[in-house]
Amino acid sequence: MINKTGAEIVWECLLREGVRQVFGYPGGAILPTYDALTKYDIHHVLVRHEQGATHMADGFARASGKVGVAIATSGPGATNMVTGIATAMLDSSPIVCITGQVGSKLIGSDAFQETDITGVTLPITKHNYLVTRAQDVAPAIREAFYVAQSGRPGPVLIDITKDAQQGTCEFDWDSGAPQLAGYRPDLSPEACDYEKALTLINSAERPVILAGHGIILSGAGELVRSFAEKARVPMAMTLLGLGGIPAAHPLNLGMMGMHGEAWVNTAVQEADLLLAFGMRFDDRVTGNLKTYAPNAKKIHIEIDPAEINKNVKVDVALVGDLSEVLEELLPRTEPRDHSQWLSHIRDLKGDSAVRDIQNLPDSGHLYAAHVINDLYRETNGRALVVTDVGQHQMWEAQYYHHNEPRSLITSGGLGTMGFALPAAIGAKFARPDAEVWVVVGDGGFQMTLCELATIVQEKIDLKIAIINNGYLGMVRQWQEFFYEKRYAATPLVNPDFAKLAEAYGIRSACVSERKDVIPTVQEARKHPGPTLIDFRVEQEDSVYPMVPAGADLRQMIRRPAPIYETGADE
Amino acid sequence: MLRTFVVYVENKPGVLNRVASLFRRRAYNIESLTVGHTEKPGVSRMTIVVDTDECQAHRVEANLYKQVNVLLVEDITCNPAVTRDLALIKVRATAESRPHILQLAHVFRARVVDVAVDSIIVEITGTEDKLDGLLDVLRPYGVIEMVRTGRVGMSRGAKTAAAAVAGAGTLSEVYEEGTGEGEDIPYSV
Repeated sequence: MINKTGAEIVWECLLREGVRQVFGYPGGAILPTYDALTKYDIHHVLVRHEQGATHMADGFARASGKVGVAIATSGPGATNMVTGIATAMLDSSPIVCITGQVGSKLIGSDAFQETDITGVTLPITKHNYLVTRAQDVAPAIREAFYVAQSGRPGPVLIDITKDAQQGTCEFDWDSGAPQLAGYRPDLSPEACDYEKALTLINSAERPVILAGHGIILSGAGELVRSFAEKARVPMAMTLLGLGGIPAAHPLNLGMMGMHGEAWVNTAVQEADLLLAFGMRFDDRVTGNLKTYAPNAKKIHIEIDPAEINKNVKVDVALVGDLSEVLEELLPRTEPRDHSQWLSHIRDLKGDSAVRDIQNLPDSGHLYAAHVINDLYRETNGRALVVTDVGQHQMWEAQYYHHNEPRSLITSGGLGTMGFALPAAIGAKFARPDAEVWVVVGDGGFQMTLCELATIVQEKIDLKIAIINNGYLGMVRQWQEFFYEKRYAATPLVNPDFAKLAEAYGIRSACVSERKDVIPTVQEARKHPGPTLIDFRVEQEDSVYPMVPAGADLRQMIRRPAPIYETGADE
Repeated sequence: MLRTFVVYVENKPGVLNRVASLFRRRAYNIESLTVGHTEKPGVSRMTIVVDTDECQAHRVEANLYKQVNVLLVEDITCNPAVTRDLALIKVRATAESRPHILQLAHVFRARVVDVAVDSIIVEITGTEDKLDGLLDVLRPYGVIEMVRTGRVGMSRGAKTAAAAVAGAGTLSEVYEEGTGEGEDIPYSV
């Protein structure tokens, strides 16, 4: 057995867990670990802010399905990670954060750069560790990786004191194997619950599948498809479910919820059976719970028992891994027709397509939807798109049709502005051959734009599309709809983003007319390096349709019909 | 209604904090929480009383299980179970009132554990109702201070979930007993 320092053990363990790169920022309390890094074949990506490191680890995890790793020092380094950890927690993303901590004898003394980061992150991690001895480093890291990616994935933080990094002990990988007596990631449903579910499935007349992030996390896309095809059940997607089922699939209705299509929400409301696959009935999906799908029986397939009956009371809960549950259900599901129900849903579409912004006459204005739609067509829908949070995020979800799992990465649950750029860096490390586009608003971009330097330093080929409307657009939209257009603190005075990119040595362009969108996107795609495009879009456009927060799903605010259309009717 | 949970946890730093934080974060209202060692090294046992309905009780249980350090949760509300609370009550006592207080203590099967010139400490164990009853009759004499442990509880009989944990010799046996290593655990709501 060889003696190693705690710092060396960190890297030994990470190597054995298959980690090839980490995202981090050095500092005093984590210096022993950084010093040991030079001996190991792990690539370190130097970020510009620790929040970026966590989003990169998150983006890496979401693009690859593997654990992403972020490293920071104690105190401010660790607290800067909080937003990224919470983001990963809300979206069930497996990341491991390693933070340095002051020496164990100094803990509790308010030493320089001391923060109780395990206390701070307790409610926003799946689990966390405070390691004060070198011999505890290996078990903590092994457990952390196991916990992060098993069951419902999530972030795990390991806080390692400086003396634990400096101390030496025998390094024994095998004896560090996870010993988690109380951890139960592998639940499966009872036979009687399967029976109950099958009775409901095989007798439903108006069923709808609610397809969530769990489809992607469980790798259940094919099974869900087979199930939907066999039983002829249409699928409504959550934001994080997008890509889990190909958008082009005839049974895929598209996104539901606050900014989902009206006919999708109506279908959900009229259903007699909802099959919730790996989703958690978030308020953005359900609207008013009191009036939510009042005539539907509900079957919830979910790996986390704590989600059962949390927001919506269900008739049958199948607690377990979605793929495993579907393997059991699929052969026992009877083939069905449901053609009446499906054609009814088609009728519900009504004039939605007419109201679609793509079909509006070209008034010379550049709409964000134009940009996204052109981007979708130019990239043949094959790009890996990472979005930020706000109007552009919803437009992306509406107009970029994803056919592959893990081809849309976005902060859903926490809605973290500033997520896109760093998450895209992580995603690019996970899938270096993918064409990665950052779609980001002018507000969110400025929250983490310092990571432009990381792109340059790491020579990363990212394409950045800023949807620039000079407002915090989604907030402005709420002010327009619900606060009588009192635009408190939403107008933005922005820098010249193209010049800013140039200052970083990044190729840039600025587009304000629709005809320039496609050529500029084409040039960006041809350029073998990062490009930033500043799309100056319509300032006061809104995302339609919209269900106001807490309202019934059918109370949708629709895009006002174009004048020429109503004129013709009269 | 008040529901009683028996919770076995690994005796590791911060576990009480994790459990308490969970209740705070999910806005479950803790009526009482007690924690102490068990017969097994490395395992502590909590009795948690929560004011909640049955549906939410399931989620309290599920959320407790999400804590990595929680070994076992048993909702003993509807089980045949023994629950006890312990109180120390210090009552003002004069030469005149002392015999009355001693008599009341005797009726409630409480023990007198300290007698001073001007006060008496009474120790009583029992259900919360019984303790409340004694407190009510002592109040007129002047209760100087009181301390209560909060409810501790245990299901009757040998075959309980908690007994499975208690019967296991080591933590790894707890693991096998509690989760059936490698095999799926049937779960029903």
